[in-house]
Amino acid sequence: MSRNALTPGIAAGRLAPQDYAENFSDLHPKLDDHEALVAADRCYFCHDAPCVTACPTDIDIPLFIRQIATGTPEAAARTIFTQNIMGGMCARVCPVETLCEEACVREAAEGKPVIIGQLQRYATDTLMEKGVHPFTRAPETGKRVAVVGAGPAGLACAHRLAMHGHDVTVFDAREKPGGLNEYGIASYKTVDDFAAREVDWLLGIGGITIETGKALGRDVTLDALREGFDAVFLGIGLGDVNALGLEGENRDGLRDAVDFIADLRQAGDLENVPIGREVVVIGGGMTAVDAAVQAKLLGALNVSLVYRRGRERMNASVYEQDLAASHGVRIITNASPVAIHGNGALREIEFEYTDDDLTPTGQTFRLPADQVFRAIGQTLTGDDLPRLDGRKIAVSGAGRTSVEGVWAGGDCTGDGEDLTVTAVAQGRDAAEDIHESLTKTG
Amino acid sequence: MADLTSDFIGIKSPNPFWLASAPPTDKEYNVRRAFDAGWGGVVWKTLGEAGPPVVNVNGPRYGVIYGADRRVLGINNIELITDRPLEVNLEEMTRVKRDYPDHALIASLMVPVNEDAWRDILHRVEDTGCDGVELNFGCPHGMSERGMGSAVGQVPEYIGQIAHWCKKHSDLPVIVKLTPNITDIRKPAQAAKDGGADAVSLINTINSITSVDLDLFAPEPTIDGQGAHGGYCGPAVKPIALNMVAEIARDPATADLPISGIGGVTTWRDAAEFMALGAGNVQVCTAAMTYGFKIVQEMISGLSQWMDEKGLTDTGQIVGRAVPNTVNWQDLNLNYVTKAVIDQDACIKCGRCYAACEDTSHQAISMSEDRVFEVIDEECVACNLCVNVCPVEGCITMEQMAPGAVDPRTGKVVEKEYANWTTHPNNPGACAAE
Ligand SMILES: Cc1cc2nc3c(=O)[nH]c(=O)nc-3n(C[C@H](O)[C@H](O)[C@H](O)COP(=O)(O)OP(=O)(O)OC[C@H]3O[C@@H](n4cnc5c(N)ncnc54)[C@H](O)[C@@H]3O)c2cc1C
Ligand SMILES: Cc1cc2nc3c(=O)[nH]c(=O)nc-3n(C[C@H](O)[C@H](O)[C@H](O)COP(=O)(O)O)c2cc1C
Ligand code: SF4
Ligand code: SF4
Ligand code: SF4
Repeated sequence: MSRNALTPGIAAGRLAPQDYAENFSDLHPKLDDHEALVAADRCYFCHDAPCVTACPTDIDIPLFIRQIATGTPEAAARTIFTQNIMGGMCARVCPVETLCEEACVREAAEGKPVIIGQLQRYATDTLMEKGVHPFTRAPETGKRVAVVGAGPAGLACAHRLAMHGHDVTVFDAREKPGGLNEYGIASYKTVDDFAAREVDWLLGIGGITIETGKALGRDVTLDALREGFDAVFLGIGLGDVNALGLEGENRDGLRDAVDFIADLRQAGDLENVPIGREVVVIGGGMTAVDAAVQAKLLGALNVSLVYRRGRERMNASVYEQDLAASHGVRIITNASPVAIHGNGALREIEFEYTDDDLTPTGQTFRLPADQVFRAIGQTLTGDDLPRLDGRKIAVSGAGRTSVEGVWAGGDCTGDGEDLTVTAVAQGRDAAEDIHESLTKTG
Repeated sequence: MADLTSDFIGIKSPNPFWLASAPPTDKEYNVRRAFDAGWGGVVWKTLGEAGPPVVNVNGPRYGVIYGADRRVLGINNIELITDRPLEVNLEEMTRVKRDYPDHALIASLMVPVNEDAWRDILHRVEDTGCDGVELNFGCPHGMSERGMGSAVGQVPEYIGQIAHWCKKHSDLPVIVKLTPNITDIRKPAQAAKDGGADAVSLINTINSITSVDLDLFAPEPTIDGQGAHGGYCGPAVKPIALNMVAEIARDPATADLPISGIGGVTTWRDAAEFMALGAGNVQVCTAAMTYGFKIVQEMISGLSQWMDEKGLTDTGQIVGRAVPNTVNWQDLNLNYVTKAVIDQDACIKCGRCYAACEDTSHQAISMSEDRVFEVIDEECVACNLCVNVCPVEGCITMEQMAPGAVDPRTGKVVEKEYANWTTHPNNPGACAAE
């Protein structure tokens, strides 16, 4: 008998083959020319535009939209990439509803912002489809920089350094470069292997070597890097996840949402990805939403997303929450997990309602659960690191760490923005600072 | 990358985009910021004689025509020339030119029609170090009532005379700015050339009333219950300006007269079009007034992208390229037969093409019960109206019929040979036009 949504336990192949393709297709496909022109026409070309201020990479949004409106999307793409070399990925994954589009004056005027994200995708796709790399390298400086981590922060840093003529070697512990672009972002936001294609395209600048399977602390040390290179940039993201602190937490069926998503992203064939009939996701951020939605898209019958505080405190934007709800994910708030039930295998998970201060109310309920995904935040790992500030690498200025000659940026630093676009901004800014210090001293 | 640097009658600028003489170029503060924003040159707001400057109205001076979504299509103004003292303007121009030696700075002048007045002002502006002068024979309101501006521009003899004085009393390149408020633009252009001018610039603004206040029963903008006609500019005037530029460029008598194209330039494309019709560079006013100085960045990136795509390396290669293809009606090939074709995949079924063709053209579009719109080749005269009113770009196209095919409308074989009005056998007027 073929498997379906009602098949008990954890099973692969719950859907018909064509349903996988349908479910995991592009969330917002590229606009066609007509759609792009109509959308671009709505932009007012605001002065000192609020959308630009809201963009962590300061993309000149009115200019690039005008360039689309005047039939030069390639020029628009150049405007975007000048500020944000991952403008293609950001166009797909930025929570625009809390960034540029929230700030758009037409959101204030009519509750309908200019669709900046989709216009950005239109422009960047147009240039990237032509295989054009829009920048050329400055003459080689002979300086060598080591970048650890090939995620958005590391790659943005590497690109900017290479552009300035430095020689860059990127080390990454994983098999493939891209960081969470490759292993984390929801698959319907980055279809057709976009993450890998973007990395290839980005490397078109030249002067960047990527060494995968090389981990800091395992295969290389910070001291060795400082010795062998003129500067070091750390963009290692957050390698570990927070635990729930419950008994039986390492039971089968209970796993980290990021691992589930990474497996899903790397699965050649989604039919082979097992998913529970009853799935519970614990957490309130983007990772939780992505895990819940993708569980549903894989054919889970019931998916609940349980968050310990109120809706307004959820890190996932209202748009993301609505996306989850529209896919049939049930969102339960003000509830904390207290116990895991099941004899051997996971059967149920028990929650207790809490008030907004997380004070337990004594009222509990149980959810049937074949699979539970933990998505309550990631943490930094590694000992061979510069001084920390709390749980992240302490930085000052444009990513300077406590160690001379070592910069850092992205998720492993900062105050918890944890967005692709902030990682890109920090990588880029650190590169400028590194460039300045390298050219000054030498 | 295409080279955007421009050489207009020996005046060099980093690109062919100049700001026209108007409020954007009214003072040092603006002009510095304009250069910093990327403009290649400016024509300073028109200077008048020494002495007390003119006084502007103190109520609203602009009226406007909107397209959808309050897009500014045309602006009407009743502003005069600079209302700041000559000395102040000259000092500011001197400082700006000193700090921006590679940018073009042109002095726009308007003084009464007598030789002394022109000689005096020329000597004073020469000291600023400016790169040339533009003679404002264009303002159609206010100044014209005092015998200047378009009152001069409408009399070719005055134009020639003043151009001559200017060349006589100064070595600066002289550009004559023409008014479009005239029947045949070639006449003032010819007069400018005959007077020795180095170039013409056009167009200045067009006599206009943009709207009427229906409570006050007075033209807008309304000053104390009354309004005066003003000068119209912006995207709405571009077609008029393009034609006037082409008229001068096509006329063998003035074909070698350099032209600075003005009127509705808003995007890189507008600029390329003016240049293709013979303008050596362009000047911009309304686009900057509507969107700010930054607008030039799109013009720069767009023009250079287009030039790269076309394999053009120098802006000079654009100038005049469309002039040989700008002909009289009687030279058009009547054996060129096209039919409208509707792309059914792109069609959104609004029916605008149907309404237009059915009610006002040739009843050449059919409409089915389920709103499929199709061209009836037997009726289509290829007028292009459906293409023009369709809201979807590229949805309706005009496809050429291959020679040898039979045009179902006329039943005649499409001839391969070129045949115009004067030779076409179908045309009873064939001989009349000889
Ligand atoms: C499931 C999920 C969904 C997300 N969705 C979105 C979204 O839709 N929009 C959005 O803006 N953001 C989203 N984010 C956040 C975003 O992905 C991150 O903020 C961003 O990727 C951070 O970039 P980074 O370069 O700092 O780190 P990462 O992308 O994590 O890259 C770090 C890299 O460093 C490598 N590395 C780690 N340790 C070592 C070591 N010791 N030695 C060598 N290499 C090492 C890793 O293998 C990795 O390649 C999501 C995150 C997750 C987990
Ligand atoms: C408010 C205003 C004031 C102007 N003042 C002058 C002027 O002082 N001298 C002049 O030569 N042209 C003047 N013009 C005309 C412009 O320089 C330009 O020729 C005209 O606006 C057409 O260009 P546009 O469509 O880009 O605006 C003025 C235009 C406007 C809108
Ligand atoms: S909406 Fe406000 S900021 Fe915009 S033009 Fe009007 S008054 Fe100025
Ligand atoms: S705020 Fe909106 S309308 Fe204004 S420039 Fe940005 S996208 Fe355009
Ligand atoms: S081109 Fe003119 S005649 Fe032909 S279908 Fe269109 S509107 Fe009708």
